[in-house]
Amino acid sequence: MKLKDIAKVIRSKNAGPFYVTLDVMFSDAKTYQKVKATGALNADLIAGLYNVEPGQVRFFEYDPAYSFKATIPRRIVSGDFGDTDSYGAQQHAPLLDVDIPL
Amino acid sequence: MSKQEIKILSATGIVGYGFSEDSLRRGMERKPDVLASDAGSTDPGPFYLGSGTAFVSREACKRDASLLIKAARSAGIPLIIGTAGGAGGDANLQWFLDIVMEIVRENDLHMKLAVIHSEQDKSYVHGKLKDGKIKSMGALPELTDEEIDAAEHIVGLMGAEPFIAALDQGADIVITGRSSDTSIFASMPIREGFDPGLAWHAAKLLECGAMSAEPANAGDCILVTMRPDHFLVEPLNPAQRHTTVSTAAHALYENASPYHLYEAGGMLDLSHAEYEQVDERTVRVSGSKFIPDATYRIKLEAASKMGYRTISIMGTRDPILIDQIDDYLANVRNTIQMRVDDAFKGQVKQSDYRLGFHVYGKNAIMGEWDPNKDTTPNELGIVIDVVAPTPELSQVILAFSRTFTLHHDFPGRKCIAGNMAVAFSPSDIPMGPVYRFSMEHLVEPNNPYEMFRAEVLDI
Repeated sequence: MKLKDIAKVIRSKNAGPFYVTLDVMFSDAKTYQKVKATGALNADLIAGLYNVEPGQVRFFEYDPAYSFKATIPRRIVSGDFGDTDSYGAQQHAPLLDVDIPL
Repeated sequence: MSKQEIKILSATGIVGYGFSEDSLRRGMERKPDVLASDAGSTDPGPFYLGSGTAFVSREACKRDASLLIKAARSAGIPLIIGTAGGAGGDANLQWFLDIVMEIVRENDLHMKLAVIHSEQDKSYVHGKLKDGKIKSMGALPELTDEEIDAAEHIVGLMGAEPFIAALDQGADIVITGRSSDTSIFASMPIREGFDPGLAWHAAKLLECGAMSAEPANAGDCILVTMRPDHFLVEPLNPAQRHTTVSTAAHALYENASPYHLYEAGGMLDLSHAEYEQVDERTVRVSGSKFIPDATYRIKLEAASKMGYRTISIMGTRDPILIDQIDDYLANVRNTIQMRVDDAFKGQVKQSDYRLGFHVYGKNAIMGEWDPNKDTTPNELGIVIDVVAPTPELSQVILAFSRTFTLHHDFPGRKCIAGNMAVAFSPSDIPMGPVYRFSMEHLVEPNNPYEMFRAEVLDI
């Protein structure tokens, strides 16, 4: 199943001007736990999707809100020359089609 | 500890983003002990700190500020506003203070007004660097004297202590330059002796208005009831409610980690926070911990000028060009430099200016991060971006760029009257000075106050 078909929220946003943080949120504990059990969402996946070193990915499982989070350095600092996403809100697309083996 | 309960009312995520007067009235009926709001953010980019201007309109800001000031004065409770004027440098702060003074005069109000500055003297920052008291937080290289000199404005993100000192001096209204978003709201509960973990966690929720409620809306009010071993949080708009998930989820929003959130002087640890639904709309939060740093540190932010920008907006509908757009733009870039060499007799090199093409429809938004490398859209939008050391140079180079993007030859070309649909007349849009964030560093002050010059005025 693709993440976009089972997640409630798939979003990106700046965590300050130097980092972008990605959140994948599920509507209920059961779905979240099933996805968590697959191990499909992890730091290596994010590193591969965004072409960063695995060591640059801070990855979290956040049970209280049925969510996963990954924070990576922005490709270009917010507002620097060449930036086209000041708020970092449109960097989420690679997550939409991630396969979850459910 | 004298009080067993205090109430903190937050009006909106940013003063100037708006909020419902009805929600404010409902909040004030609950007899809060303090009314507070954040007035700035780095979200909109470095321009506002760099230029000392606000990102909300004066009208919107005055509307919000007026309602807040009148509500607080009527109830006789303190009003606290942090990161004034959008970015909290001295010019931003002054812009906001001018609005406040207008409101005060128009309503014949009298009060003790505390003003706390966050802009840093370069000599102070140089001195701290020399003493080895400044460290990069990791995103940027270690600070240099050159980088300090190049900054337009440097600010420190003040912690709770300067706010508390102002309240201790009897301030009715506290307006500050750049502060950490949370210290605005954590200050009152900490001053009253409540648990710092709970105070900082509540502050994290309060700073964003009603973002943590369902449905989320930064432009609305929430109320926190702080108690010794927990706090309650609820929205004031009857159409919203706090749920355990919406409240817990807020720790994700715009934070690098949902468990460890760094504040001035320490870290908020949410790894054992607990959320309980106490009624339809109210959530009880407990278990949040604040771990003080052994060494007190303040985060520095700064903006330095990158140059002057001129842009042009155009697009192509020609599939033959769309198919070879990368090669085309590479050739255009070379031709532009040849024209620059000719016009300036070799005095202006490619490294003296920055030329960018944002190709919407191809990979403008994600760049190399985009997984879809091979899409062929119907049309492409192109924003030509030139940043140069002077406005004149920026405009001249953009004019060359616009000409060549429009008319350069390419293999198989049929549309020889023009390769682009230009969006506007005038086609060349000077955007003025542009800035970059140049500091993400921690400094060790001798105490929490020395960086934040404060004055208390009797109005």
